[in-house]
Amino acid sequence: MKKLNTLTLASAVKKLKSKEISHKELYADVSEAIAGKNKELNAYLALNTEAVSQAEKLLDTPLAGVPVAVKDNFLTVGLETTASSNVLRGFNPPYESTVTSRLKKAGGVVVGKTNMDAWAHGSSTETSDFGPTKNPNNLAHVPGGSSGGSAAAVAANMCITALGSETAGSIRIPSAWCGTVGLKPTYGRVPRTGVVAMGSSLDSPGPMTKTVEDAAILLSVIAGKDPYDATTGELPVPDYASNLKKGVKGLKIGICYMDHPQLKGTQTEKSVEEAGKLFEKNGATVEKVALSDQLEDNTILNPDYAVGVYTVVQRSEVSSNLARYDGIRYGHNRSTFGAEAKRRIMLGTFTLSKGYADKYYVLAEKVRNLYIKNFAQLFSKYDLLISTATPGPALKFGESEGNPLFGELTDLLNEPSSLSGLTGISVPCYWDKKTGLPLGLSIMANHWQEETVLRAAYLYEQETDFNPWTKEAHE
Amino acid sequence: MATKFTTDDVTHIASLANIPVTDGEKKSLADGFTKTIGVVEELNKLDVSVVTAVHMTGLSNVLREDEVDKKRMFTQEQALANAPNTHNGYFVVDQLIEQDD
Amino acid sequence: MNRKRTSIRGRRRRMSEWEPVVGMEIHVELKTKSKMFCGCKNDPFHAPKPNIYTCPVCLGMPGGLPVPNKKAVEWTIMLGLALGCEIPLHSKFDRKNYFYPDLAKGYQISQYDEPFCVNGRVHLPSGDVRIHRVHLEEDTGKLLHKTVNGKKVSLIDFNRCGVPLMEIVTEADIHSAEQAREFLKKLYQIIRYLDVSDADMEKGTMRLEPNISVRPVGDTHLPAYKVEVKNINSFAFVKKAIEYETERHITFLEKGEKPPQETRGWNEDKGVSFPQRSKENAEDYRYFPDPDIPPIVWEQGYIDGLKKQLPKLPDDKFQEFVTMGFPTSYASLSSVSPSSVVFVETAYNLTVKKDPTINPKTFGDWLFNRPIDIETANPNKIAEELIQSRKVVSIPDEEIQKAISDVLAANPKAVADFKAGKEQVKMFLFGNVLKTLKGKGDKKKVMEILQKSLTV
Ligand SMILES: [Mg+2]
Ligand SMILES: [Zn+2]
Repeated sequence: MKKLNTLTLASAVKKLKSKEISHKELYADVSEAIAGKNKELNAYLALNTEAVSQAEKLLDTPLAGVPVAVKDNFLTVGLETTASSNVLRGFNPPYESTVTSRLKKAGGVVVGKTNMDAWAHGSSTETSDFGPTKNPNNLAHVPGGSSGGSAAAVAANMCITALGSETAGSIRIPSAWCGTVGLKPTYGRVPRTGVVAMGSSLDSPGPMTKTVEDAAILLSVIAGKDPYDATTGELPVPDYASNLKKGVKGLKIGICYMDHPQLKGTQTEKSVEEAGKLFEKNGATVEKVALSDQLEDNTILNPDYAVGVYTVVQRSEVSSNLARYDGIRYGHNRSTFGAEAKRRIMLGTFTLSKGYADKYYVLAEKVRNLYIKNFAQLFSKYDLLISTATPGPALKFGESEGNPLFGELTDLLNEPSSLSGLTGISVPCYWDKKTGLPLGLSIMANHWQEETVLRAAYLYEQETDFNPWTKEAHE
Repeated sequence: MATKFTTDDVTHIASLANIPVTDGEKKSLADGFTKTIGVVEELNKLDVSVVTAVHMTGLSNVLREDEVDKKRMFTQEQALANAPNTHNGYFVVDQLIEQDD
Repeated sequence: MNRKRTSIRGRRRRMSEWEPVVGMEIHVELKTKSKMFCGCKNDPFHAPKPNIYTCPVCLGMPGGLPVPNKKAVEWTIMLGLALGCEIPLHSKFDRKNYFYPDLAKGYQISQYDEPFCVNGRVHLPSGDVRIHRVHLEEDTGKLLHKTVNGKKVSLIDFNRCGVPLMEIVTEADIHSAEQAREFLKKLYQIIRYLDVSDADMEKGTMRLEPNISVRPVGDTHLPAYKVEVKNINSFAFVKKAIEYETERHITFLEKGEKPPQETRGWNEDKGVSFPQRSKENAEDYRYFPDPDIPPIVWEQGYIDGLKKQLPKLPDDKFQEFVTMGFPTSYASLSSVSPSSVVFVETAYNLTVKKDPTINPKTFGDWLFNRPIDIETANPNKIAEELIQSRKVVSIPDEEIQKAISDVLAANPKAVADFKAGKEQVKMFLFGNVLKTLKGKGDKKKVMEILQKSLTV
């Protein structure tokens, strides 16, 4: 019999409810996977020792007590929360994040807290103060980040499903590099309450799962207005899983960023092109959107500028968001920040400082608005934009060292959409036979259009063989 | 004209940011900032003369009623639970400024 | 030494050559039920223990997010309207970044370039004071400086952290200590009329910071420096501080020097200001719009509606009393506070109902010339007393004299006792006279004549 830890969220819930499997059996297999692999992968920082007994009481809930891995920037009562920083080492949250309390209420059990770039500052999980996480597909490579621990835990079947958070690429990049599914919701769709803040105008918690269906199920659980987060939208939360099979017929899809010089002639370019053809075959209209330096109706604003905008906006917000960590009320003092956090705090302090704010922060916010306008124009024409989540497969360890802009260059493809608050997903679209490393197809849509994103991603997943979990489900 | 950071700039920024940095770190920090800000200064190429900044959500007037929310409030024990130094229900910090008198 | 005398004489001369230029910054804690950005109880002054009115938001826990208190926002707008301000239709909250142990988040949520209220004006006999702006922010926690186990430490209580705080900033329109006092009194009255704060300077729910500079009389330019004085907790001390600072600045100016721009504290025991060590980097607050709080956008109709809801203000009530026929001094005393208004109106109406011949002036003469605390007195009782006192029917002195003579003749023993030194029998005789007069006649007069008759 197949190990139960390889089950998807959808099938685990079904099998638990039908009593085909028991919680004990499920958790035994998950624990075995964790015990066998975590030492090497370093995906989990903290584990819930009472997970099984908690799960057994939850059979009658929607999620039936499945084990869920949660990124360590979600505050969880009873489980140490550090955001992978020494500053918060030993911090026991006195309250629960809205997302994890919704998860728990729906019957999910937090099986452990996953590693990340410290404070989510990075795209590789290498900047964690508690050591890097390794890519389960190839141990010489990074898993991506900042939600690298969650992506690795899903990829290595050390959980049934997981939660991550994205500021610009932090869900989609590790999902692409680990070969899993990662959905970045619209900014404001999922509450940030109780999530260690990185870039407050960007942060979007979201599902990191084995399949598109799982992402849909989990999103329905965690999305929706939160009275404690004034930036959450009032829009009702649909049952995302029930609308997955509507296909892409009649949708207008634009392929973007693929004419960027760095991507010419790569496997990435090829995979995205093939995805376009697949959507076309299934009834969508697909066309290429050219890059431009200026705002025009049918072009996409050069993402190179987004690096600058993102750098300023994010650093500025970081400098303010991390000001509360003074070691007086909790945590340790400001000398315990790691090098990357110190750099970001200081740069953000500079971009907001007297005499410079107009030149940097205010300018960046204005250019950001150009991106928002650009996407508004594009989405008046297209239902979806497809691209790649990363320029290529996972980097090797150390490849980013000595380059303060490494994170930003890798984030390049995700930053314009993040700056604009859009939703997007990454689904596996290629596996390299030699390295064992995958690529991720990026599908983006306008605000609140998670349903459309999920529909297209689901079709793609069903029509291709890139997702190992759906493949197994077919067998 | 790209902005170039000096170690003095780093000293000033570090003090504003309340981040301790050693003299040894300052040179590489200054160089890193110079490089990063160089990328940012690409933005000056764009015409933003008619653009304003907007709030991300498109929402406005998200306000709460004036009600006490007991279930969200901490007990004194909860409030102090993670503090390294407390005294009689207070947080404790080394005195920053010598008090006159 | 005759130094003091010269200085007083010198002062008189100097004050005619120089004038203070003063702007005020006033912080007022709002008495909402809950805090500014969280649902914690807003009652730091009566909290039985430290750090019990705290939550993820006001304790600056990771992931705590602010949601503004609607009532606090409305009250700020109402104060702005009462001060004659314009209410811009677009407004927002910003982060003011600085480090201090009483500031949990490392930033204060305040308003930078889009405050709720701008360009107001307060009319005063001593000269109008323009209101630059009124904005809304949050208070900090409280520091207690102690020595614990031989170590100098600060104890922090966050019960006050996040309490809604209005900041009222005037233009530098104040040119005398008296005008400052007048302005503050008026502001205080308006706040009490709106019932949005107890504005108690002792408790610190109203805090005053004058920005003082001095220029030659006749000069209309703002001086190139200012001195901010903090920790002042009464109107009288503001007056003293302005007088003290003006003198101090003149000493510099007469030597041709510019007084140093600085922040000073006020020592009320010694009646002097002293330089305060400024917080490092205090000048670069790195303001930016708080991404956690969507902007505040008003429809003009909504603001007009709030304007209609404004209660009658001190000027309105003053005018009403004047129209009723109260002399201005009494009208002013009557409109001091909402409770004085209620009291005077009630007592006056009750009195007039019982005796229509009483007019506002006679009512005022009687009321304001006796030691009554109109904040606490019972208007019913007061009206009754007033009526009684006027019921005294005057009678000719001869009638009083006759009654006294009768009583003295009927009580020779008592008269003899009095003459032997027993003072207290006077009251016995006095009582008998009143009885004979059956309550008629002015008691004071009766006593006077009795005294005279006895000592003859
Ligand atoms: Mg203030
Ligand atoms: Zn609170």
